[in-house]
This record gives sequence, C-alpha cells and structure tokens, in this order.
Amino acid sequence: MDRQALMQEQSLASPVPVPTLSAAARRRQLKEKLIAGLVTAVAFTGIAALVLILIFVAKEAMGLFTDPHARQEASLSKMFLPQVTRPGRPATFVWQPVSSVPKVSMIPLFIGTLKTTLVSMFVAVPLGVFGALFAAEFAPRRLREVLKPTIELLAGIPSVVLGFFALMVMASFVQDFFGLESRLNAVLAGLGLALAIVPVIFTVSEDALTAVPRSYREASLALGATPWETAWKVVLPAAAPGILAACVLGFGRAIGETMIVLMASGNAAIVSARLGDSVRSLSATIAAEMGEVVVGSPHYSLLFFIGVELFAFTFVLNMFATSWTRKVMKRLTGGAG
Amino acid sequence: MKKTLLSSLTALLALATPLAAQAGTITVKGSDTMVILVQRWAEEFMKKNPGTKVQVTGGGSGTGLSALQNGTTDIAMSSREMKEAEQEKLRARFSTTGVEIPVAKDGVTFYVNDTNPVTSLTVDQLKGIYLGDTTNWKDVGGPAATIVLYSRENSSGTYSFVKDNVLGGDDYASNAQTLPGTAAVVNAVAKEKNGIGYGGAAYAKGVKELKIKKGSEEFAPTADNVKSGKYPLSRNLFFYLRNKPSGEAKAFIDFTLSPEGQAVVTKVGYFPVK
Repeated sequence: MDRQALMQEQSLASPVPVPTLSAAARRRQLKEKLIAGLVTAVAFTGIAALVLILIFVAKEAMGLFTDPHARQEASLSKMFLPQVTRPGRPATFVWQPVSSVPKVSMIPLFIGTLKTTLVSMFVAVPLGVFGALFAAEFAPRRLREVLKPTIELLAGIPSVVLGFFALMVMASFVQDFFGLESRLNAVLAGLGLALAIVPVIFTVSEDALTAVPRSYREASLALGATPWETAWKVVLPAAAPGILAACVLGFGRAIGETMIVLMASGNAAIVSARLGDSVRSLSATIAAEMGEVVVGSPHYSLLFFIGVELFAFTFVLNMFATSWTRKVMKRLTGGAG
Repeated sequence: MKKTLLSSLTALLALATPLAAQAGTITVKGSDTMVILVQRWAEEFMKKNPGTKVQVTGGGSGTGLSALQNGTTDIAMSSREMKEAEQEKLRARFSTTGVEIPVAKDGVTFYVNDTNPVTSLTVDQLKGIYLGDTTNWKDVGGPAATIVLYSRENSSGTYSFVKDNVLGGDDYASNAQTLPGTAAVVNAVAKEKNGIGYGGAAYAKGVKELKIKKGSEEFAPTADNVKSGKYPLSRNLFFYLRNKPSGEAKAFIDFTLSPEGQAVVTKVGYFPVK
C-alpha cells in the first residue's frame, strides 16, 4: 500500500518524459500514415464515382428541360397526365416514344414496376424471413450448416440465368396454374424476381436474428415461454430493425432488377390492375430502348430521366427505411439507443 | 439478349472514348439483325486477306449510325434507312451526306404457332391484328381464341419496318408484348398456341411462317419472291459510310457484293441483293 502511494505521488510530481522515437519506429509511423491515406483515397474514389455517375445521368436527362423541341414533345404533363392518343377515344396513358406523335406517359411503367415488385415482395418476404427464423432458432446445427451456404449460393446465380429459367421453365407452368391469358406477365416476373431477392432477405435477416443476445432467449424461456413463443414474440421483435433493413434491401433490388423483368414480363406497357397482364418496368424500358435510340433525341433524354427517377426512388426508400429503423430501435431499447 | 446488352455497353464505352481505327483495321458497327451475317463475311474476308482485320460489333442500327457520326466506326450497318436528323448530324460534322450501300435483302416474316390452322393473312388483316382492332383468331379464319401479340422493342429496325409498311405508321396496340430480339419472339410464339410474332426470315424455326395474301395469290417469303418484290414485306439491309469507300473498306464491300459474298447471305438465311 505504502509503496503504491509513493509511486503515485512520484508519477504525479514528475511527468514521465516522452521517449524519443527510434528510426525504425518513425518509419513504421510513416508507413501507417501512408496506408491510412491510401485507404481514404480508395474510399473517396467510390464516392467520386457515384457522384460522377449521378452527374452524368442527370446531365443527359437535362435535355428534357433545356431543349425546346424536347420540352414540347415530352413535357411533364405529357409524362404524368392522361392524353388523347386516338381522336374520338377517351384520354389514356400510353408509352410509345417512337411514333409520329410520341406518347411518353410514365404511368404504365410505374404501374409495371410496382406490380412486379409487389408480387416479388409478397413471395420473398415471408419465405426469406421465416426461412431465416427457422435457420436461426429451430434448425439443428448440422442442417443449419448446410442450409445457410446453400441459400447464399442462390444469391450468386446471375440474374440472366434466373430470367432464362423463368422464361423457359416456369412460364408455361405459371400460365396453366393460374389460367392466365398471356404467358409472360407480372406474376411470372414477380416470381422470377423473388428468386433473386429471397437470398438477400434471408441472409440479412438471419444475421439480425443471430445477433439477438442470448440473455433475451434465456430470460424468455426461464419465464416459461415455449421455444416457439420465444422465437415469435421475443427474438423476432428484437431483430425487427435488421429484418426491415433486409426487406428494404430486397425491395431496392427488386425495383432496379433489369434482366429478369426484361425476359419474363412481356414488356407491354398496359395500364390495368390485373396481375395476369403483361407489364413493362422502368428498368427494363431503359435496357430495351437504349440500344437503338437516336442519341441526343428527346427519347434518349427520357431514358436517362427514367434512370434519375429510379435513383431517386431507391434513395428516398433507403432514407425512409433508415429513419424508421432508428425509431424502432429507440422503442426497443427504451430510448437509450 | 445478353449479347445485345453487352454490345450496347461496349457501344457506350466506345462513344465515350473515340478510338481511331488502326491501319489495316476496318470497324463495322450497328444492327443486331445483321451481326451474324457481317461476322461471317468478316471471317471469310480475313481468311483471304490476312493483313486486314475486320471488327464487327452489334448494338443496334441507331448505335451504328451515331458511331458513324462520331467518327468511331468506318462502316455502320443498318436494317433501316438513315433518318433526316442523322444525315444532318453527319453533314454538320463531316460535311458529307453519307454513302448508302444495300448489301443484302431480308423478308420480314410473320410467325404463328405450329398448331394454328391459319396459313396466310392479308396485310390489312395483319394491320388490324397489330393495331388491336382484331382481337380474336376467329375473325381471320382461326379458332375462337384471343390473339396474343408479340412485337419487337421500339428501338429495333424491324419494329419500325413493320410499323411503316404494315401499320401505315400508326402505333402498335399497347398490349403487344415486346421481346428483346427475334429469337425471343420465335421462342415465345413456339410456346404460345394463340401467339403471333414477326422478325427476319432467317430465324423461323419451330414456328409456322405465314404467307402474305394478295388478291387470290399467296406469297411465302422465299428467295425468289423477295428478289422479285412479289413478297410485299421485303427490305434492304444497308452499309453506311461517310465517304465513297476506298482502300481496305472498298475491298471488303466489294467482297460482300461478289458472288462469293452473296452466297454467304443465302447460307445465313437472308436473301442476296444481286
């Protein structure tokens, strides 16, 4: 005790001088700084690329607002309000940008994107979340070690392959099963999309569920809850923010997914509420029409404008989801988080 | 399909970085309809002239023509004629109006499913079907079933050809399903018993080619009918250049128009222009 007190006094009285660095240590410090600088540069490259892409896409889309010819051909009212296309018929929403009188209504494309995305979420969210719940809570260790990598492998399948599978294998089956008029439709495209986003939702949800502290489960079981009650009423709510994030990720991917929709949806821009109809999505429209569009024409600017719209959608969606996740977290942690 | 996307990506890249063609290299860019054909020509030509390289990329007629305006390709291949606006651009940059060379012919064919009893339609009937005025097969002598329309993307040369020559310039019905590439259309019609689609004559496998009725006569898209112009839906496939071809480009074009080159056209499934 005495000695300790003495030492403390000493250290307080005379501060220990900073040791001078050896040459080797200085070199090491320099190397550290260099590496840190490099990592920062790489990180900023990513950000710069993103900003540059956004600037480029927006610049190409600006033609719609600066070019007088384009402003007349594709004004905002023509994009979002019903137009009379054939004399004597009621006003409708038509997407026909290559025409003697271009018709540029975005509404059928919005509806198409919404339909495929909703169908895919309707299928993929329950599958992904419950699959993750099973894997995290109930699956024996052996099974879990097989299940997880298998589903994660699904995520590695290129979307072209999934689209081809939907087009060639699923299409006729889905048509007969639901008794639909057209072979390629929103349901089929949605199912194809679901294949692509189930792995995303599963993986992220599973990580969120396994991250729930053991003590929660133990407390619940100790209070006499069954394993099922524990999983359903304790673990699932605790992992809710993570699961929501998973769903948003899946949603974002479903909106932007191009290849599957291009191949399996039939790409007809129809305004209707029926899921059995063929649909045309925003992303597929860009992919399909960019190939032979006259560069610099209003149609060209329109396609880039659609790109900006998609960008804005996912951006807003992510923002909304992040703020919502924070709210849920606050509620769960009693305002401490 | 993937190829189209890839080629349009490369086209975009090429637009961003204008590459001057090296000596001894001819670049040909454009129509996806023509890629198969021009690639075969390039192979044959390079066999005979080992010193020359011919690079062929797809991406669509519009892409090829805009590359011609930007000076990033020597030859543009196109399944449609150059538009006024495109000529204007060429004039503004290179003060030429471009040179148009028809190198092959194609008969645009309408396909139906093998099980469909309909064998021939008039151009007017096809027009009614594709405008959405005729919606049932029984109105054109088939079974009582809803017609399922397949069409091409609105950027394709074939799309605009049918629009101008069959629909009289009007718009397709909005429930026409558009598919990327003729192969996809053929495949869809092969699987959809009430389907109808259209595309180049070179592709019709596993589907029935409709004959076109004119008065009391019916014309199938055969080499003779296309060449004589009896088949009403034949079109030219073009090469476009900035100036009169010279040097290696001229040698290549001369080869494509030679009997040997035109024999390749027949082999691929299109029709000779000479």
